Amino acid sequence: MKFFKFFLIVIILFPLIIVNAEENDKRNKITKNLRCLICQGQSVYDSDSEFANSLKIVVDKKLKEGLSEDQIYEYFKIKYGEWILYDPGLNKNTYILWLLPILIFLIGGAIIYKSFIVKK
Amino acid sequence: MKNKILPFSVIIIFGIIFVFFYKGLEDSKIYTPDVNTTKEIPVFNTKEFFSGENVKSSSIFELDKVYLLNIWSSWCVPCRQEHPLLTKLNLENKVNIIGINYKDNLKNAENFLKELGNPYKEIFIDLDGTISIEWGAYGVPESFLIYNNKIIKKYIGPLNQELVDEINLLIK
Repeated sequence: MKFFKFFLIVIILFPLIIVNAEENDKRNKITKNLRCLICQGQSVYDSDSEFANSLKIVVDKKLKEGLSEDQIYEYFKIKYGEWILYDPGLNKNTYILWLLPILIFLIGGAIIYKSFIVKK
Repeated sequence: MKNKILPFSVIIIFGIIFVFFYKGLEDSKIYTPDVNTTKEIPVFNTKEFFSGENVKSSSIFELDKVYLLNIWSSWCVPCRQEHPLLTKLNLENKVNIIGINYKDNLKNAENFLKELGNPYKEIFIDLDGTISIEWGAYGVPESFLIYNNKIIKKYIGPLNQELVDEINLLIK
């Protein structure tokens, strides 16, 4: 009987733990991608400043309101600008950032192809 | 001929990259937030400082009036510095000064006002700092100039005489 009760409690609590963990994971993921604007080189997740702590509360609130990750990023982008995101989107200010590595990779590949493979 | 094109294009490409990065050197590496964009004021719920009553943000700001929203705290030293300027601005009576008390102990905040005077028309409480985030604030002190439910200008850090002159010019 005792074992049965224990089993029942575990069954009831287990989904709750999973839900909680999922929410925490999401929150951590989001705060890791937000720059603490008043700190030097720290994410909101890493920082313990007043600004970062308030931001964490806001992220929690927004998650509870049912906003998705992207909607939360968009919200902070409107408030603080693109700079708050560690992972900036592709737009007219950032296209060089995104395209330059691909371009260099292609040029490098072309050089290697020309000088080693074609010569053979 | 073919052999010449390759080194030539490599030089040109590296030249372009060099110019890009060289231009980048001249850019300021200090992040400066955008302070001039006009934005709608945010919607939030808060409590009145003295009475503790719940207040909705829509009831605070009226159209066709100039407001200066000042985020302050009793533990913030620069707030002490800018306080006389706020008092002076209040006496000139051109702008309604609204205070937001940021992450403060209410007793300390009351003592702060008793000691230095109260230039605020109304004060609201922001205990966990989330309202300041709604405003897009970085910390204390910070001031927002508001007209017709829009943020005209944002002042990060303490106000000084120069900035007060600028405010006076803007609200003329």
